[in-house]
Amino acid sequence: MMKTRTDEEDYWNSSKYKAFTFDDEDDELSRLQESKRAVNSIRGLVDDEDNDEDDMERVSWSGEPVGSISWSVKETAASNQRTDRDPTPFPRISTDVANVSRGHSGYSLSSLFKGKMKGGNFQSFTDSLTDSSVRLYAPELRKPKSEYKDLVSDWSPEETVHRMQQGKVVSLEKFRSLHDKLLLLDFSVSAHDGNVITAILIYLKRTLSKEVLFRELESRQTALRHFIHYLTETRDQKLLLDLLRSLGRTEDTVLLQYKEHLNISDANKRRDFLKSCVSLPFSADDLAHVQDHFTLLDRQIIMEATDGQNEREGKVEIFQKFPRKAPIHNMPLIPTLHYSCLYHYSEAQETFSSPLSLRHTFKISEKQFFVTALAARVKLKAWSDVDALFRSRNWLGFTRKKAPLGFHRVVDVLHKNAAPTQVLQEYVALVDDADLRISLAHKHKCHDIVINTYRDLKDRQLLLGYREKVESGSAAQKKIDELLENPQIRWKN
Amino acid sequence: MAHSARRDSPKLPDFSLLKRLAKDQLVYLLEQLPGKKDLFIEADLMSPLDRIANVSTLKQHEVDKLYKVEYKPIVSTSDQLCFLIRPRIKTVKWICDVANADKAAGRFRRYKIIFTPQKFYACESVLEEQGLFGDVTTDEWSFYLLPLDDDIISMELPEFFRDNFLAGDQRWVRTAGSTLHLLHSIYGPFSKIYGIGRCSKMVYESWREQVEEEETKARQAEIGNVFLIDRDVDFVTPLCSQVVYEGLVDDIFKIKCGCVGFGTDATSDKNVKVMLNSQDKVFNEIRNEHFSNVFGFLSQKARNLQTAYDKRRGMDIKQMKTFVSEELKGLKQEHRLLSLHISASETIMKKKTKQDFQEMLKTEHSLLEGFEIRECISFIEEHIIRLVSMIESLRLLCLLSITENGLLPKDYRSLKALFLQSYGVEHLLTFANLKQLGLLVEQQPGETLTAMESKVGKLVNDKTAGKLTDAFSSLAKKSNFRALSRKLNLVPKSDEEYNLRVPRDMAYIFSGAYIPLSCKLIEQVLERGGWTGLEEVTRLLNGHEFSVTGNNGADLRANNDAPRIVVVMFLGGCTFSEISALRFLGKEKGYKFIVVTTAITNSSRLLEALLENHMRPVNT
Repeated sequence: MMKTRTDEEDYWNSSKYKAFTFDDEDDELSRLQESKRAVNSIRGLVDDEDNDEDDMERVSWSGEPVGSISWSVKETAASNQRTDRDPTPFPRISTDVANVSRGHSGYSLSSLFKGKMKGGNFQSFTDSLTDSSVRLYAPELRKPKSEYKDLVSDWSPEETVHRMQQGKVVSLEKFRSLHDKLLLLDFSVSAHDGNVITAILIYLKRTLSKEVLFRELESRQTALRHFIHYLTETRDQKLLLDLLRSLGRTEDTVLLQYKEHLNISDANKRRDFLKSCVSLPFSADDLAHVQDHFTLLDRQIIMEATDGQNEREGKVEIFQKFPRKAPIHNMPLIPTLHYSCLYHYSEAQETFSSPLSLRHTFKISEKQFFVTALAARVKLKAWSDVDALFRSRNWLGFTRKKAPLGFHRVVDVLHKNAAPTQVLQEYVALVDDADLRISLAHKHKCHDIVINTYRDLKDRQLLLGYREKVESGSAAQKKIDELLENPQIRWKN
Repeated sequence: MAHSARRDSPKLPDFSLLKRLAKDQLVYLLEQLPGKKDLFIEADLMSPLDRIANVSTLKQHEVDKLYKVEYKPIVSTSDQLCFLIRPRIKTVKWICDVANADKAAGRFRRYKIIFTPQKFYACESVLEEQGLFGDVTTDEWSFYLLPLDDDIISMELPEFFRDNFLAGDQRWVRTAGSTLHLLHSIYGPFSKIYGIGRCSKMVYESWREQVEEEETKARQAEIGNVFLIDRDVDFVTPLCSQVVYEGLVDDIFKIKCGCVGFGTDATSDKNVKVMLNSQDKVFNEIRNEHFSNVFGFLSQKARNLQTAYDKRRGMDIKQMKTFVSEELKGLKQEHRLLSLHISASETIMKKKTKQDFQEMLKTEHSLLEGFEIRECISFIEEHIIRLVSMIESLRLLCLLSITENGLLPKDYRSLKALFLQSYGVEHLLTFANLKQLGLLVEQQPGETLTAMESKVGKLVNDKTAGKLTDAFSSLAKKSNFRALSRKLNLVPKSDEEYNLRVPRDMAYIFSGAYIPLSCKLIEQVLERGGWTGLEEVTRLLNGHEFSVTGNNGADLRANNDAPRIVVVMFLGGCTFSEISALRFLGKEKGYKFIVVTTAITNSSRLLEALLENHMRPVNT
């Protein structure tokens, strides 16, 4: 369906595209609407002055502490307009969202009125309303609109924020007192517009000492998060670290410092940096990880020096047979173990590069070691090593193979490393669960296992079905045919 | 195919208008810059731009050469450079480098940045700092909404998720409000708006203020209801493996802006780019189907096609002529589409069997059900040890944590250690991010809860704190996913057979194992016309629900579909599985859902967004 032309014009008129023509013709209108909004909030306040608790509760955030400011700077005359002509059919929602965000950011407004810093304890808005000091200060702020509205730069903090939201030109330079600056910030937070919040933070960063700014941000979580994000994006690492430290956020501080290693590409420099990280106040668990990170890279640098040389000189056969893809710097631990199992499998534990040494240094679990070594040795088709891995768990002298994880997983590892069918078959047969065994046998074409299982089930139908799936003329097919003709078997179907 | 649609299903509004508006505005902006110019386009704007304009549109407006923004020195010889970018500090810094390099070389050019969908002060302040404010001029292209299909509209802002939920940066709140405002001014007025989540509330407020700033005229409404939902209300759903066709295709081939590149293994020849939408008749019939039905459907189709082709035999010349002119083209088209989807399905089958998909699904279902958790943990453990896939490991860990309301401290420690050993210690940063978002946390013993409470208490005033404390103390005893799941019946009893061919509820999108929480909430709220009766549920979701009715003189009389048209706006992304579930719900209840989302997401996009830059896979 087609839209009428007027609809389209509606869109263009309402869209932001108007903003960059710097056309301020609508100021009259927006001013009117601002006053309306102000009035909207005043009504609650006026009611409150009359009395009762319930009404106070109704004045939950949604602009009300803000409203108290606008109350002081706006004319009250327009108070009747709202009900007459309300362009917003939808109600404001009483947002405990705002309550929460107000909780960290806003209550300082009232404390500012009383001329003291709020520190850790907060004061509920209800308190601030009943506090007479509010009434003491507020009237001073009240000026007739006409007195200052002539100058474009004479917007109140709230109006300024509002204009910024609409993408209009504003000047922040006139907000010089801390009080005004914080009003700007708090209004922007209550407008939920991150773009404006950040803009004001940029201004505050420029015009306030960092001690003062940090102190004020501590009680304004929403603004604080914006500031942290802004500093992260502009890569102002130094200021960000200062901020986190001054907030006592140790965990964030150390992680941010640790993160810096990702920007260091030279392996030796990165190792040195990681070494310095070990002395940072990490939690005990994380410290162990960071220590491992350093030890591993240190180890890798040593291994790389020898292996790289051996590879270049072509003296060691294994590097010729299986050329390395890349230097091992910055590989995680398990891939490094895998590497070590490929190139240094038989070395003694005393050698830095041996799998046993890695296992010992980094306390690698049996399961991790087994899976990794298995994958590496299968990849090299070193079947005796593979057998030995299973045998080594077999110290009681039984012939049965054992593994620290299910044999279906073993089969999976074998398969992923391109083990041939006869090897797979051997391990598929060891899978305990009968259903799983047969489905793996199907998947990996271990014909003997499938055929024997069906024979044991005396299921002629399934066997006939499987005959269709194997290659005609193959040994498997012959075996099926023999079984089917065998008069000794009493088929169940 | 299996679902029986209600016959009186309402018609969808025409969203192609949105594309035209965006295109017209772009043209206008280009005309503001007369003369030949080179245009640099940000990489992730290329596909959206493709959907609304083409090269010749740009050429007609004197765009000479087109470049992709690559953060490298440029080679252009043009005297006018125009940059079409997202408002990102990094990109603006690069443009400043370009301009300053020109300055140093004594070269004079004109520079124009067009930010879309809007500009940010932080970006302009970069221009100011670099001494280029004024030399580089800026504009805004209010390209808020890209219709991807008849019922899907995307803001194409994947960074919304990380910015809003991880960083706590509200820069996109107004953008989302403006988006809603745009829909409202074209297709509104809305009569009812529901929502849940902190961000949803803020977006609603922002929208309401924007409406307040202008005159509204009574119009015939085309969209009656709006439902806003924050992504963090439901993280379980996007973390589950997708098993409906469209979702599965997205998980495996990555659908980008409605378009997918079926890699070399999907089709016999080479990499083919295909648009996936309702225009593709074959796709349209299978997109919402559980994957187990797709093969059967495709082979049935193939047989029908064969029969249709076979009609040729025994035709005389005249019949043959009609056949060729009337049917052949359609048949060929269908043939092409069929073979495309058949080979895509083959690839899916191959990939999924390789990954022990069945076992993975079993683990997910156990987690959703809260059954055999120990087995699940050891599955995840082995998954990590075997280095299967970093993102999949992370996905399972998060799913475990959310469904169990956190991991036991000893499990958390050992799984984290395994993970770091397998995928790198730098993922300490990933774990910190996941913890911050509440996606992967340690279960808190009793006394830590009070610490939590006091933290919350500090943030809110007494009354709300009291409410929250109640919520927390009840959450501490039982996991809230389990409680929600019980309250809303999200996990059907497993002993009943679930017929995936004839689904009985939205659970079919997860093989009958789980009804997506997000969609269930939407269903319940629409059914009740609000949140009444769902108090317990919203308490478990930490509140922030709302339901407002507009009194706006919308013309709702006579034969209007608007009340049954529901816009669902996902803030932080939605998955194709959720879209399928809503389509099913719409058919069942006679609604039409229009999904508006900040971006299409899935488990890997969601989790990759939480990795630090250096650790993200290169080719996403």
